[in-house]
Amino acid sequence: MTTRRGDGPEFAELKPPLSKDEALAEANRCLYCYDAPCTRACPTHIDVPAFIKKIASGNLRGSGKKILEANILGFSCARVCPTEELCEGACVLNDLHGHKPIAIGKLQRYATDPIVLEKGGRPLFSAPDNKNGRSVGIVGAGPSGFGCAAELCQRGYDVTIYEAADKPGGLNTYGVADYKLSQQAGLAEVEWVQQLGAKLVLNTRVGEDVSFDELAEKHDAVFVGVGLGPVPALGIPGEDLDGSQDVLEFIAELKSKPKAECSLAGKTVAVLGGGNTAIDGVTQSTRLGAEKVYLVYRRGAGEMGAYEHEVELAKLDGVEFVYWAQPVEIAGNGKVQTLRCARTRVDGGKLVVDEGDTFELAVDRVFRATGQAKLRDFFKSAGIDVDAKGRPVADEDGKTSRDGVWTGGDCRNGGKEVVNAVAEGKTAAIAIDRALSA
Amino acid sequence: MADLKTNTAGIESPNPFWLASAPPTNTGDQVMRAFDAGWGGAVWKTLGEPIVNTWSRYSAIDYNGMKMIGLNNIELITDRPLEVNLKEIVEVKKRYPKNALIVSLMVESKRETWHEIVKKACDAGADGLELNFGCPHGMSERGMGAAVGQVPDYTCQITEWVKEASTVPVLVKLTPNITDVRYAARAAKKGGGDGVSLINTINSITGIDLDTFAPRPTVAGKSSHGGYCGPAVKPIALNMIAEISRDPETYGLPISGIGGISTWRDAAEFMLLGASTVQVCTAVMHYGFRIVEDMIDGLSNFLDEKDMTLAELIGASVKRVDDWKNLDLNYVVNASINQDKCIGCGLCYTACNDGAHQAIGAKRGDNGRTDVWVIEENCVGCNLCSLVCPVDNCISMKQIPTDADPCTWTEHTGGSGKLAPRPQDDQHRVTERMNRS
Ligand SMILES: Cc1cc2nc3c(=O)[nH]c(=O)nc-3n(C[C@H](O)[C@H](O)[C@H](O)COP(=O)(O)OP(=O)(O)OC[C@H]3O[C@@H](n4cnc5c(N)ncnc54)[C@H](O)[C@@H]3O)c2cc1C
Ligand SMILES: Cc1cc2nc3c(=O)[nH]c(=O)nc-3n(C[C@H](O)[C@H](O)[C@H](O)COP(=O)(O)O)c2cc1C
Ligand code: SF4
Repeated sequence: MTTRRGDGPEFAELKPPLSKDEALAEANRCLYCYDAPCTRACPTHIDVPAFIKKIASGNLRGSGKKILEANILGFSCARVCPTEELCEGACVLNDLHGHKPIAIGKLQRYATDPIVLEKGGRPLFSAPDNKNGRSVGIVGAGPSGFGCAAELCQRGYDVTIYEAADKPGGLNTYGVADYKLSQQAGLAEVEWVQQLGAKLVLNTRVGEDVSFDELAEKHDAVFVGVGLGPVPALGIPGEDLDGSQDVLEFIAELKSKPKAECSLAGKTVAVLGGGNTAIDGVTQSTRLGAEKVYLVYRRGAGEMGAYEHEVELAKLDGVEFVYWAQPVEIAGNGKVQTLRCARTRVDGGKLVVDEGDTFELAVDRVFRATGQAKLRDFFKSAGIDVDAKGRPVADEDGKTSRDGVWTGGDCRNGGKEVVNAVAEGKTAAIAIDRALSA
Repeated sequence: MADLKTNTAGIESPNPFWLASAPPTNTGDQVMRAFDAGWGGAVWKTLGEPIVNTWSRYSAIDYNGMKMIGLNNIELITDRPLEVNLKEIVEVKKRYPKNALIVSLMVESKRETWHEIVKKACDAGADGLELNFGCPHGMSERGMGAAVGQVPDYTCQITEWVKEASTVPVLVKLTPNITDVRYAARAAKKGGGDGVSLINTINSITGIDLDTFAPRPTVAGKSSHGGYCGPAVKPIALNMIAEISRDPETYGLPISGIGGISTWRDAAEFMLLGASTVQVCTAVMHYGFRIVEDMIDGLSNFLDEKDMTLAELIGASVKRVDDWKNLDLNYVVNASINQDKCIGCGLCYTACNDGAHQAIGAKRGDNGRTDVWVIEENCVGCNLCSLVCPVDNCISMKQIPTDADPCTWTEHTGGSGKLAPRPQDDQHRVTERMNRS
């Protein structure tokens, strides 16, 4: 086990870039399957064997193009996609004894890095010189918003993106683990996509700084890609103490500031939750130097929502998993000092919390990662119907109950991956184009 | 996107990528799917008298986990009725007027028989004909294919007969199973051939099953020599094309290059040596028609990057292939090892010490790994170490400046040139090493 402390190489990239010879050797291993399972497993259906074959043939530009024309955020997806669950998980080599799947994510990075990071050269994509005279407003500059914007720009639309935050990118900028995609790399990608000409209006929260109706009035169509809200408080005593925080706030901070300013050196941290976000909370806490990190989950290992490869990562970091534990109180003198949990069990298929059987963990920080809120109120005030789970009601293209309004990404699918958000944004863009050209 | 339009001997094609006459061009359905995938042209599977094939027909060479680096076949020409093929050719040409459709032919060596089939192919709408004087197995036993291609007089004679009847350009497909391909190319030109295509397959036996002692591909316990093709044959094809390109007697004769082409890079190399179109068989049999997408995309990106046209690419390397006697004997290079990249495998030492010129030293270093270094005074710059090194750019060949002017063998033997000093001049040191061991 390696202990990771403070700033420095601890935040080194989890999947470092391939050298040229590594990339060629790996590309030549690809079998070039028919009806390739990797392509089918990708929500944006990147033609994986084709882009890999192009790496092998030395046509790097063609390779990057193949990727980015299917998925405009192929650069960040190469780093953040759970490839073990998607393309690489589907690779037929998993079934060939003694073989590893093709490192598709790393190869994708090899082909897209030069295009997105090396400025200059002939642009790969461009918006047509003649705009079609129609305009689309996009709410939210996250992956879904950019997926939608990029497609519309290429189809000649005038696109304006309204973003509440001071930086674009959504969770690519403020959420995904820094050892996968740094904020700097995320913003470089946004800048590259911006070449297509979408206008970006930052620091503007739709519904507050500008009304939704005003947007709907101004544009021929609106796409809503607002993602999800913060992680709500659990409603237990002590949550207002200094040191108790929504994990997303903590992650946004560490992605924006020099690591030294967010150091957790010598601290003990408890992260509450059992999903991928909780794993990101613990793995980044260890990288910020935390002395001891607990992951507190109210059910057992088998019930965790996090991917297996993410849990493995946390195990490598020496995280202590506290299963069957429900937080009931945070205590401390102005600052967090202890987290008290009640033991839980499953009885007749239901989770039972045994309030009488509690134990305490001495901790300095409590990060809750127990699930992001749905933006129910936003959609209601925009006049868009939501379902029982608080997601906008939409057809397969993302068309909502309100005329001229489409949606996609986390807000619509309840919270999946960057690649799903891009795919849904693109699907909506195609549907918008179809509707407006009819 | 670079303009890839080209033509060989007047046969126009939207791009230089053609399917070679082989199983991928067996039927109209395949050829049309290939055109849909982007192939610029196709040479129909050779038409001729009815034949019968064996069942087991192909065998291959795999190398270190790479499948099918060489493919061997004992298949004959088309086994479908002539009339069916001709009907499909008419249909394909009607539906794909812009693609190049070339019909490959092979019949017995009689003037009337050739006239007859040539007329039928022209009437069907062929944009060009290709004379299969190359099939090395089966057909050659019956006096056709390579049996014609190996005798320049026959090649010339039949080409003449074909030209008498043909209304479209005629390419003569040459066999590599010959000592000097220039004689075959000259004969094709003399007979009136508008161009040549090469290479057809090379005589081969790919291997023997060590349990049954039967060669592959095994037909009821026996086999016959077959035709070898695929990535392994590319160097042989490149050389033959270069020979024809730079032969004063055939200089400028249009060439359609064939043999081991799998990627746009391979194609570009054939074109640099003078081929104006290229033909592909094995790579399509391995990976399907779809490979042409990257061939087109890759070649186009390459031309854009180099800021050159396809016409400028074609033949650009011909003048760089020369007789050995005209090479500069004073161009000195030495191996240079990048110690930061070296992983200590010692393969360069073994190769040079046993297989070359004892110019690399090796010893076990303090940390237990093998250290290697170049002994410059022994290095003849043969390249071997850089070829065996498993690490990219770890051993490079560095040019060493000398005071000597360039000097070729011709100049050296003619007395006008002066050789730079060479490691083997010091035979004393070499002998000394022998005495030491
Ligand atoms: C901690 C964490 C780690 C993750 N790690 C990964 C990972 O490794 N790999 C992966 O594939 N996915 C990961 N995800 C999921 C991924 O980030 C999301 O699926 C993806 O970002 C969704 O994109 P989106 O556009 O739907 O929403 P978001 O990325 O959330 O973007 C929505 C944008 O809308 C803006 N907005 C919201 N309301 C308004 C408003 N009213 N007016 C204007 N703007 C508004 C927000 O400020 C935000 O910029 C992670 C998620 C989290 C929370
Ligand atoms: C199975 C098979 C059948 C072939 N049949 C023919 C044929 O009928 N006529 C012909 O001119 N060449 C034939 N060829 C030779 C190819 O057209 C081509 O010249 C050769 O395979 C070299 O190209 P490649 O390395 O791309 O395969 C055949 C090759 C193979 C593998
Ligand atoms: S490829 Fe296989 S299935 Fe197809 S004809 Fe040949 S032996 Fe039969």
